[in-house]
Amino acid sequence: MFRVSVYVTPKAGILDPQGATIERTLPALGFEGVKNIRVGRFITLEVEGNDADAVRKDVDDMCRRLLANLIIEDYRFEVTAAGEPE
Amino acid sequence: MTESTSKKVRFGIVVFPGSNCEYDAKHALSTFPEADPYYLWHKDDDLRSPDVVILPGGFSYGDYLRTGAIARFSPLMGAVSAFAETGGLVLGICNGFQILTEAHMLHGAMLRNRGLRFICHSQHLRVERTDTPFTSDMRVGAVIQVPVNHNEGAWTAGSESLQQIEDQRLVVFRYCDADGRITDAANPNGAIDNVAGIVNERGNVLGMMPHPERVCESAVGGTGGRRLFGSLIHHVLEGP
Repeated sequence: MFRVSVYVTPKAGILDPQGATIERTLPALGFEGVKNIRVGRFITLEVEGNDADAVRKDVDDMCRRLLANLIIEDYRFEVTAAGEPE
Repeated sequence: MTESTSKKVRFGIVVFPGSNCEYDAKHALSTFPEADPYYLWHKDDDLRSPDVVILPGGFSYGDYLRTGAIARFSPLMGAVSAFAETGGLVLGICNGFQILTEAHMLHGAMLRNRGLRFICHSQHLRVERTDTPFTSDMRVGAVIQVPVNHNEGAWTAGSESLQQIEDQRLVVFRYCDADGRITDAANPNGAIDNVAGIVNERGNVLGMMPHPERVCESAVGGTGGRRLFGSLIHHVLEGP
């Protein structure tokens, strides 16, 4: 089995009103010099299988078809084998 | 009593889990004697011979992941897409527009409203095209008043495709002020180029964020939406 972490973020140049709002709020809390805040989505999943490459291919397909909208979002993901002793 | 045998225009209204404007759409259409509106369930596999398919407003699948992202994979959407590919008329209102962009039946994608506010008010729209089955009873440049009611309505497109969309005149409605001016102040949600509604290249699929079905009777606040449904009825009964 594999544990997968998927990161979906707004594409460069796409308006991110959530990020902009957070950016305007932080100085009020005393945090100066913070910029380029972008708010995305972090998705974790577990995928059964023994072949990491096959899992990567499937997760890539999931991202393209459902987890991200490629018109407005970028994605990347990490796949790690699960259930093995450290 | 005589029963009319003249052809009626069949409007199939697709109901998804979380749709909430299907009753409004059916009621609005019931005020047109030529219309025969009926519901379709998203798990159906047959559209039952519609002339027009409507994807109504609401919160299909709770807006989970992205608005419209799950609904586009509903079983019936395959039939809706095939219907559109043969030239069938499809109207997506609000969440229906969001579903059509997620299904790539229309260009672009939806972002949260500028200012992160859910908006709900009567909005002026300028009619940009009347050579579509949805707007043939309107006038180019006419200003109609239709309510908006959404949280994710900031339509956007990549800069290259935006140029193509404008070049191909796919924009049918734009947010404007009472005098028809396309200004930033009149843009309620931050949609690029004040886009409120677009068609596909073939002109048989329209998506719009405002709700024409809510303004089909003066008793409920206006009649700015009647010409849209009237256009569709005339198009189906009389041809383009």
